[in-house]
Amino acid sequence: MKKWLPWMLTAVFAAWILSALAPKKEKEFHTREFGKLPVLLNGRIQPFDSVARNSLLQLRAKQSIALDGGKTLTAIEWLLEVMMKPEAADARKSFRIDHPELLGLLKLPENEKHFSFNQLKPGFQEMEKQGRRIGAIDPAHRTPFEKQLTKLHAGLTIYNRLKNSLRPESSDDYARDLAKYQKAIGPGVVAVRAQSAKEEYDKPAFDLLLGFLEQYNFVKEVALPLVVPPADPEKSRDDWVNAGLSLMDAARNESGISPAMTHYAAMTSAYRQNKPAEFNAAVEEYRQWLRQKFLPELSKGKWEFFFNDFAPFYKTTVIYVFALVLVLVSLLTFSEWLRRSTWNLVMLAWMIHTFGLIFRMVLEGRPPVTNLYSSAIFIGWGAVLLGLILEKVYPIGIGLLTATVAGFTTQIIAHNLAIDGDTMEMMRAVLDTNFWLATHVVVVTLGYAATFVAGLLAIIYVFLGVFTPLLAQKLTRRGAAAISATVGLAVGPGASIADAKKLSPDVGQTEVGKALGKMVYGIICFATLFSFVGTVLGGIWADQSWGRFWGWDPKENGALLIVIWNVAILHARWGGMIKERGLMNMAIFGNIVTAFSWFGVNMLGIGLHSYGFMDSAFKWLMLFAGSQLLVIALGLLPLSLWKSFRGGGGAAPKPSGDAKPKPGPPVRSAAGV
Amino acid sequence: MLQRLINFFCSLRLTVVFLCLAGLLVFIGTVAQVDEGLYQAQNRYFRSLLIWWTPKGTDWKLPIFPGGYFIGGVLLVNLLSAHVQRFKFTPKKIPIFVIHAGIILLLVGQFTTDLGQVESHLRLTEGEAKNFSENGRDSELAVIDASSIEFDEVVVIPESRLAADKEIRHEKLPFTIRVKKYLPNSRLARRAPMAETEPPPATQGVGQRLTLSAMPLTAKMDERNVPSAVLEIMNGSESLGTWLVSDLLDETQPVTVGGKTLQIALRLTRYYKPYSVELLKFTHEKYKGTDTPKNFASRVRLQRLDSKEDRPVDISMNNPLRYGGETYYQAGFDDKNSRVTILQVVRNPSWLIPYISCVLVGLGLTGQFLMHLIGFALKRRTK
Repeated sequence: MKKWLPWMLTAVFAAWILSALAPKKEKEFHTREFGKLPVLLNGRIQPFDSVARNSLLQLRAKQSIALDGGKTLTAIEWLLEVMMKPEAADARKSFRIDHPELLGLLKLPENEKHFSFNQLKPGFQEMEKQGRRIGAIDPAHRTPFEKQLTKLHAGLTIYNRLKNSLRPESSDDYARDLAKYQKAIGPGVVAVRAQSAKEEYDKPAFDLLLGFLEQYNFVKEVALPLVVPPADPEKSRDDWVNAGLSLMDAARNESGISPAMTHYAAMTSAYRQNKPAEFNAAVEEYRQWLRQKFLPELSKGKWEFFFNDFAPFYKTTVIYVFALVLVLVSLLTFSEWLRRSTWNLVMLAWMIHTFGLIFRMVLEGRPPVTNLYSSAIFIGWGAVLLGLILEKVYPIGIGLLTATVAGFTTQIIAHNLAIDGDTMEMMRAVLDTNFWLATHVVVVTLGYAATFVAGLLAIIYVFLGVFTPLLAQKLTRRGAAAISATVGLAVGPGASIADAKKLSPDVGQTEVGKALGKMVYGIICFATLFSFVGTVLGGIWADQSWGRFWGWDPKENGALLIVIWNVAILHARWGGMIKERGLMNMAIFGNIVTAFSWFGVNMLGIGLHSYGFMDSAFKWLMLFAGSQLLVIALGLLPLSLWKSFRGGGGAAPKPSGDAKPKPGPPVRSAAGV
Repeated sequence: MLQRLINFFCSLRLTVVFLCLAGLLVFIGTVAQVDEGLYQAQNRYFRSLLIWWTPKGTDWKLPIFPGGYFIGGVLLVNLLSAHVQRFKFTPKKIPIFVIHAGIILLLVGQFTTDLGQVESHLRLTEGEAKNFSENGRDSELAVIDASSIEFDEVVVIPESRLAADKEIRHEKLPFTIRVKKYLPNSRLARRAPMAETEPPPATQGVGQRLTLSAMPLTAKMDERNVPSAVLEIMNGSESLGTWLVSDLLDETQPVTVGGKTLQIALRLTRYYKPYSVELLKFTHEKYKGTDTPKNFASRVRLQRLDSKEDRPVDISMNNPLRYGGETYYQAGFDDKNSRVTILQVVRNPSWLIPYISCVLVGLGLTGQFLMHLIGFALKRRTK
């Protein structure tokens, strides 16, 4: 039975993932089909679905709205309402406000977090007044209250712009309005010409056209996504325009209303009149129309929708968390079948992680790391891979523990970085080079990942050493399960004996602590190689694009710090200044160095590399650094307090960490990597 | 005693201590950029032997931390002496040697770059040609003799001399310059004669119609210091009056001495070249519907009189022009004028050194890594 459990568990998760791929039937409005339609926003083609998700993230830090009765409103359903039936959307709790002072200012109940446009409306005047004052303050010097108000203001602007992205808010039956407008253009233009030539003109036709133009001009000014494809795609595929401009052009160029706008109007009217069949037909007709000349854009929209909907990174996070629990239990109970189950699950999660990474690269047409968000995804990916490799070499569950912790934390970080909106934004001109993004950025990011893995392993070392007797146990033939044999606990089944022996000849000879020492040392060597080569490649890029190999720019310095620290660790070890325990403590400090380099330098807000000021993360960075220092303090406790080395077990040998450095030539580890 | 000294300089302990100091210095020097600006922090922390600190309210200068040159120097000596003294050459050690040779080269290269690199910029409007680039940070006082038809004869006095000296003479100058006032950062305004109680800063030239005020020095990345000076021109012992010169004034001002008219101006330090660069066209693209720059590129005409060279060149982001020992990079644009390009001009005689050292270190590290990996794998297999 236990032999099959690992595979059954994997099968359950695989089934869950596959189920997400199954086609979904929509009963009423085909909102998902609408969500796949392409628009241009942030300089790139994306589906309405991405517009919806990223806007909602900026407004309320979530991609959906929970409704009463356990239902949820998906992002695209929300966007449809905002664009087509704003009177309904205004009652949805689309905005999130946390700051108690802001809640007080707007006279909102303090025990709630989410509020609707209608609830915020009475506070607009007050917000406007405060906004004018705050606008004059340098963004870096704003208080949390002022920042939150600025953010709310920005959210309201986005919301208002979305409301007017397809149609003027006042239009009830948009399809009929556009038909009227179409008829009004001919006589209206004649009247306008006559009027400007100071001749006699048709006043009603003139007024009618101007009435329309006035509304559409407003849409032109505020509409957010560019929803109408270029009139002449042969000339430029980039010339998308917003709804208002397209309608204004219809009169100005007497070219007639763009078919795209007619289709949108048909969808809007059908939606407002609650006629799903007509709405679905209009979406389908528009799709067919796009298919003729805008097939690449249509399929980009479709694939990005698929990516959003499949949410590979969310799925991997769930599996990593589950696997983390599993591997912890397996370490505590010395259960080999649990360890094997975890291995399968982490492999599965990593494969989906890889799939998501590659899918994103293809969607963007870019190497994996283009911004802070994608660096988190990639660091996670690299760290999990390293963890899996370690587990293959030392099948004792520690590699899996590293992999799951790294995978889970980096996904959480990525999730929080995504709250600012579109994570696939276009690259600024300086960074617009796939060659350097693929070499320098990828290599240096792998260096970050490796340094974090070394630090994580070191933390595991300290915790295992201080709180458990495991470090002094010898690895025996059956990996984690076998450790238990020496402490007289339950022994797992013999399924993996042969594998473990083949893979790990250290079994039976090395203690867990020693094995961890080898792992950390090897990973630091790897980290040194990657961070050095990556940093240097960055220098060469800098020389190529702005003429300095090294400019002491904060991001460059951050990368250099990692190199210096790793090199210092290696030399300290070669010089016999540190042994196992010193190596661990230095590796843990490496976490702080890497975190500073990854995030800290972006908080300085200077230099060419900075991606923007991110103050809320500062608190977390400090907390992280503090926690690492605490672990180091724990690691500095005298060995007599370490459960692993207390010497009670009799057989437990003293760790080399306690030995005095040998004089003479540097001691080189025979273990190498 | 000597042996102990040698041992000290060879020791790995010294390496580790100074690596840690280097890390600390990089950290401090990075954080300090917030207040001091990139350029000043670079000079104070990285391009220095010692970092000095002046306690508030005193004029002491206390050395508190080793600077970049100190730490880099010690590490260099440490590396060299360790190689000479301790390392025995065996084939297995080749990667280690290669790595360290690369590091030595990198340190030396950075030092020579600091000494030899000259950065300047070239700002051109479409249709404009220049045969000089300008330093964005330093200014010079230029005295121009335009009496020859073929060329101008220019005597330049660096800004640092204006700051330090009271009186400036030069054999080519028919007059002596007395520095009455020098402001490293300043502001000019139009003088309102009715409202002003103070006399104008100068008795001659455009300075009679302006007011001059001092500004605090700035370290911000997007601002620069604008120096101004009030100069008294002396013909022997006779004063010809005072002139206000400033970076903010575009026009030169005439000074007539003994029937000869010279032009004076305080301007950005210029580097003249034996060729000229003309901007033919500047393109600045943005992503549709955003302000994010997508690409900027300058099409320039490179013209050299002596070799009759005359050709168009495209310079764009990540695609520089290397010519005459200098490299021209597309650095920026003008927010207000879409026809203006800003090119960065770098002269760095040792630009190739980092490339070589990187190849060395990269090869050495990879070699070392592979050696260990293979050894490790073999050991596992044989067991």
